[in-house]
Amino acid sequence: MKRNVAIIGGGQTYHAARRHDVDEPEMVNEAVRAALKDARMTIDEIDLVILGNMEFFEGTHMTDCWLVHGMGAYGKQGLKITTGGTVGATAVCAAAHHVASGLFDKVLCIGFEKQEEGDTGAILSGVANPLWGRSMAGAAVGYFAMMGSSYMAAWGAKEEHSAMVAVKARQNARRNKYAHLKLDITIEDALNSRMLAWPIRMLDMCPASNGACAMILADEKTAKSRSKKPVWIRATDTAHNEQFELDWRDVKTNRLIFSRACAGRLYRKLGITDPAKYFDVFEVYEPATWAELIWYEDLGLCGPGEGFRLIEQGRTNIDGPIPVNPSGGVLSTNCIGASAMLRVWEAALQIRGDAGEHQVPKDVRRALTTGYGGTNWTVMTALSKTLDD
Amino acid sequence: MTERVAIVGVAQTRFAPKRPDVNYGEMAYEVISRVLQDTGLALPDDIDNAISCSHDIWDGQTISDIGITDVIGGHLRAEEKMAMDGSTAVFYGAVGILSGEYSCSLLMAHTKMSQTNRNIVNNVAFDPIYTRMLGFDYTSAAALQARRYMYKYGITREDAARVVVKNLANAKRNPFAWQSGDLTVADVLSSPAVAPPLHKLDIAPDTDGAVALILASEERARKITDKPVWILGIGTCYDAHYLGDRDLSGVFALEKAAARAYAMAGIKNPRRSVDLAEVSDDFSYQELLWLEGLGFCDRGEGGRYTASGATALGGKLPVNPSGGVLSGVPANVAGLNRVAEAVLQLRGEAGDRQVRGANIAVAQGHSGFCGQHQCVVVLGN
Repeated sequence: MKRNVAIIGGGQTYHAARRHDVDEPEMVNEAVRAALKDARMTIDEIDLVILGNMEFFEGTHMTDCWLVHGMGAYGKQGLKITTGGTVGATAVCAAAHHVASGLFDKVLCIGFEKQEEGDTGAILSGVANPLWGRSMAGAAVGYFAMMGSSYMAAWGAKEEHSAMVAVKARQNARRNKYAHLKLDITIEDALNSRMLAWPIRMLDMCPASNGACAMILADEKTAKSRSKKPVWIRATDTAHNEQFELDWRDVKTNRLIFSRACAGRLYRKLGITDPAKYFDVFEVYEPATWAELIWYEDLGLCGPGEGFRLIEQGRTNIDGPIPVNPSGGVLSTNCIGASAMLRVWEAALQIRGDAGEHQVPKDVRRALTTGYGGTNWTVMTALSKTLDD
Repeated sequence: MTERVAIVGVAQTRFAPKRPDVNYGEMAYEVISRVLQDTGLALPDDIDNAISCSHDIWDGQTISDIGITDVIGGHLRAEEKMAMDGSTAVFYGAVGILSGEYSCSLLMAHTKMSQTNRNIVNNVAFDPIYTRMLGFDYTSAAALQARRYMYKYGITREDAARVVVKNLANAKRNPFAWQSGDLTVADVLSSPAVAPPLHKLDIAPDTDGAVALILASEERARKITDKPVWILGIGTCYDAHYLGDRDLSGVFALEKAAARAYAMAGIKNPRRSVDLAEVSDDFSYQELLWLEGLGFCDRGEGGRYTASGATALGGKLPVNPSGGVLSGVPANVAGLNRVAEAVLQLRGEAGDRQVRGANIAVAQGHSGFCGQHQCVVVLGN
């Protein structure tokens, strides 16, 4: 990118299954006001507003147009992006590009979903091809059931390993005041939770949350003059994928898949070979427990088939050497349009040392975040504390 | 802009009310393969990223760029979708190139309006709490806008009908247009009433179609074509959502978007500098309103300006020489089609609809009802 770009402020709503106290513009406005306050800025200073949201989840066409006052976009430049589960991260990428272009100095990006307005399972089944796929679509649960069973068959992992991820996420969420599922659960609780589609149980899946996240990105000059703790966006990369991939979740595939392709390019941009050492914290998009284990492997934090050993050894715990999702992650809070942006914002909070009770107990200088959506799509963002890191 | 971004190729389908022979992915492939062929570029090596414009609700598919990821070159690469009018893809694409992240981008907008019902899709664009249950769609909202505009400035139905007569006559020269003809003002006035004062011929017909376009950095553009069309200026703006919060005869968002685009292009007087315009005339009166918002004539003068012949094909400022949206361009595709037509004019490749000596063109698109979000693109050759 032609100019350095920093995150100079951000905010999120509290997340819950029901938000009867607010409508969509009001909910988004909560996050926008929090971000402006955090950046010590007024809406008048913002040059452009970007919204990330999936219109089917609320059943409102052109949400950016309805939400214009909630976003603070009246009279401003702006646009809306819709790329599924990755959209929050895509909006951050888009904001970074707007700042880097030199046309805009201060850009507000917003991601939100108010899932109680729609039927998430039905809408996710609508991802399937209308001619060939929809009659047997099993929404996200069916998808991750195939991922989990493939993983267990290939590497000999057990249901206990997914339960460990389920527990880690919800125990971490208990330290995060904004998280949706703050559950004091044990491995037994996870293993005894209701079966949805083997091996996916209730506690293996993310919730359907309502919530929003907003961030303000700025150029280097603005960031250095306005922010005490700017967090720098060092590299981003996007990998999408076509719909039909018959070996889409054969975990032993030797084919280059989306996550490995994207991570490979991002690491080349940064010139790194050992991400587990280079990054101090990770925030990954794990809609289901098994997805987190596969992220470990696809990001190169361990070898193929070793992801479940990392969780077994506690290496990805909040106080472990490779902390993953200290916020509680998507398993604890999933407001789809905001979820990928929350990964970036939570990683920025870790770098600033502002994560409160879920701050990882070590010096955090660099962080990696992933989004996950579509039919195996991801957007990755690498953040750092200083431009020298 | 310190660096320049060029449009190096365009392709469009012929627009038709129903394309049962293709699904939307196949329809997109028609224009993508053609624009690649015309520019001599190939996927994946020559294209860095892709941006598409469509809506899940129009496409009947959640995350509907899934249906085009393969044909647009999204395999393991950057591919993004904007749920807005196609003109904004040009804005976003230019930003990506200026950021230094990309040097050559493929843009595409597609919609098959035949797949669903315009009234239902339009209706869910209204807020679910106060206005949706009133049964609004874009046409009934436009009728309110037309009434307000006509009342405030003394615009007549005849003034608006002249836009239809002009554009459908222009469309006869455009091989991609669906609807064209030698109409009279009386034909337009006597077409069936839909939402008074709007009659059938005042309203763009529903069609299926797609447009693709390739953007490149200056360095790349010079290697791809000897006829690059430069993006000189670009601007967007949001107006308020609720109709009651807006003066519907006003052009608040368009004036701001245009001012931003003109400032970037260094244009002080658009009446003198601009040689032609392609505007999104979803409804006849909107062409008059947008002419005023773009600063081509004074407020309230759109009717007289058009009656003077200034916007005709041989006039001082030809507007919609292609036939415009009234000739039948799908929702979401309309703005990218405006840009594509302006590019053809500036390359001197507009065939029978060519405007002579065109050097600077303005293309305008809008999203939301009554033009809530506006995008203005200034192009030069």
